[in-house]
Amino acid sequence: MLNIDNLTNTIDGKTILKGLSLTINAGEIHAIMGPNGAGKSTLAYTLGGRPGYDVTGGEALYDGVNLFTLEPHERAAAGLFLGFQYPVEIPGVSNLQFLRESLNSQKRARDEKELNGGEFIRLAKEKAALLGLDMDMLKRPVNVGFSGGEKKRAEMVQMGILDPKLAILDETDSGLDIDALKIVGAGINAIMRKPDKAVLLITHYQRLLDYVKPDFVHVLADGRIVKSGGPELALELEREGYAEVVAA
Amino acid sequence: MTALALPTRRQEDWRYSDLEAVASLWPLPAPTRIDVATGETANHHLLQDAADGSAAVHDYVITVADDARCDFHLLNIGGKLGRVTFAVRLGARAHFGLHGAIIGGGDQTLEIITSVTHAQPDATSGQTVRSVLGSRATGSYLGSINVARDAQRTDAFQSIKAMLLDRTATANAKPELEIYADDVKCAHGATVGELDKAALFYMASRGMDPATAKTLLLRSFVAGVFDDMPDEALREQFEAAAIAKLESLV
Repeated sequence: MLNIDNLTNTIDGKTILKGLSLTINAGEIHAIMGPNGAGKSTLAYTLGGRPGYDVTGGEALYDGVNLFTLEPHERAAAGLFLGFQYPVEIPGVSNLQFLRESLNSQKRARDEKELNGGEFIRLAKEKAALLGLDMDMLKRPVNVGFSGGEKKRAEMVQMGILDPKLAILDETDSGLDIDALKIVGAGINAIMRKPDKAVLLITHYQRLLDYVKPDFVHVLADGRIVKSGGPELALELEREGYAEVVAA
Repeated sequence: MTALALPTRRQEDWRYSDLEAVASLWPLPAPTRIDVATGETANHHLLQDAADGSAAVHDYVITVADDARCDFHLLNIGGKLGRVTFAVRLGARAHFGLHGAIIGGGDQTLEIITSVTHAQPDATSGQTVRSVLGSRATGSYLGSINVARDAQRTDAFQSIKAMLLDRTATANAKPELEIYADDVKCAHGATVGELDKAALFYMASRGMDPATAKTLLLRSFVAGVFDDMPDEALREQFEAAAIAKLESLV
């Protein structure tokens, strides 16, 4: 589904990713862990197409298409979802309006039928219930006045409604207490644990991986994947620290 | 004859105007008078949507008598020059509210000029203006609040915000206060900004194409100006005209 080969990029002229390669197949959940400043969020933003994250070499093929030839909204319409570490607040635009415009923009791009108001509300209710988010929250402006945990839950409701093929989740577990972590983990499994979908989880900590079991774990350090393994690698990292594992 | 002389840029309230376009209208017709009698409540509105290339100047002279209230909703979007001025005089415990939006593109010059005089005690006034300017358009708000010596406990605010869509667009905001009383509350704020790039990327990452995302952000920026229009059909007409104009800019 996603083939990243020798990817390099710069932000403000500074090289962050230094030849990163990674292959993710349908049906798989991958976790990327690594120390601060390794380039984890940069990888997520670069795949999402954030302006200022300039690709200087290598490629990323998504279902055979060069991802970097697509605009950010075209990547979303092609089935890519980027979960933000710091979801953006948009005063004056309700979550429902935001999501309906987003979903229908995607549907227009794919030549599918748009959802009318009633159909959309039913879908939103179903996904909000899955994540234990009150529908009233969705009537409020996007992320405005939401706690850290509410923002992450709202992100997962967005993911449920948009129903992507590939989700790249950047520290979705940060700011969550244990109960919220369980709900978000169950949400990720319910929405994305399917044979035709895939997930790239970016996280500092092992604890999310107790709820969303990865098939592969990778260590990202200094702009490259330096080590890959199964779920046991996350436990080893937790026990011994990044410095030990990276040096080994 | 001096009253008929064309204005010049040396006159403060004509400083940012399109004087060539003004000349095409000269001499200007007499202002529209609105007198709100004691204790009355009045709602007025103007949807200034003159044809492309033409000029429109609307001058209002408004007196709001004691205990009366006047609200004015203004959408200023049409013409090469669209200029709307208000000279308002408030009696005791009177209120004047201006709820305005300027949306301009191309080479448009769109202006709102106000002079609100609190002549008596305990009057209130509120002016909210939201401007969205693209291309080489110029949008200006020049507003003075004058508080007379006897006008104690005056409560006035000006909230002026402009959004520039292109580097070549211009917004001028000039709130002015002239206060002779000593127990007054006058608040004013003016900001000029651009669309939030982080919000635009967030919206794109969810699949919104750039035009849809920009229009949604701009709608939310202008929204609220017409919320309290009492006539629902008029409100819908103003909102539809504002949205159509915004869509033409993105």
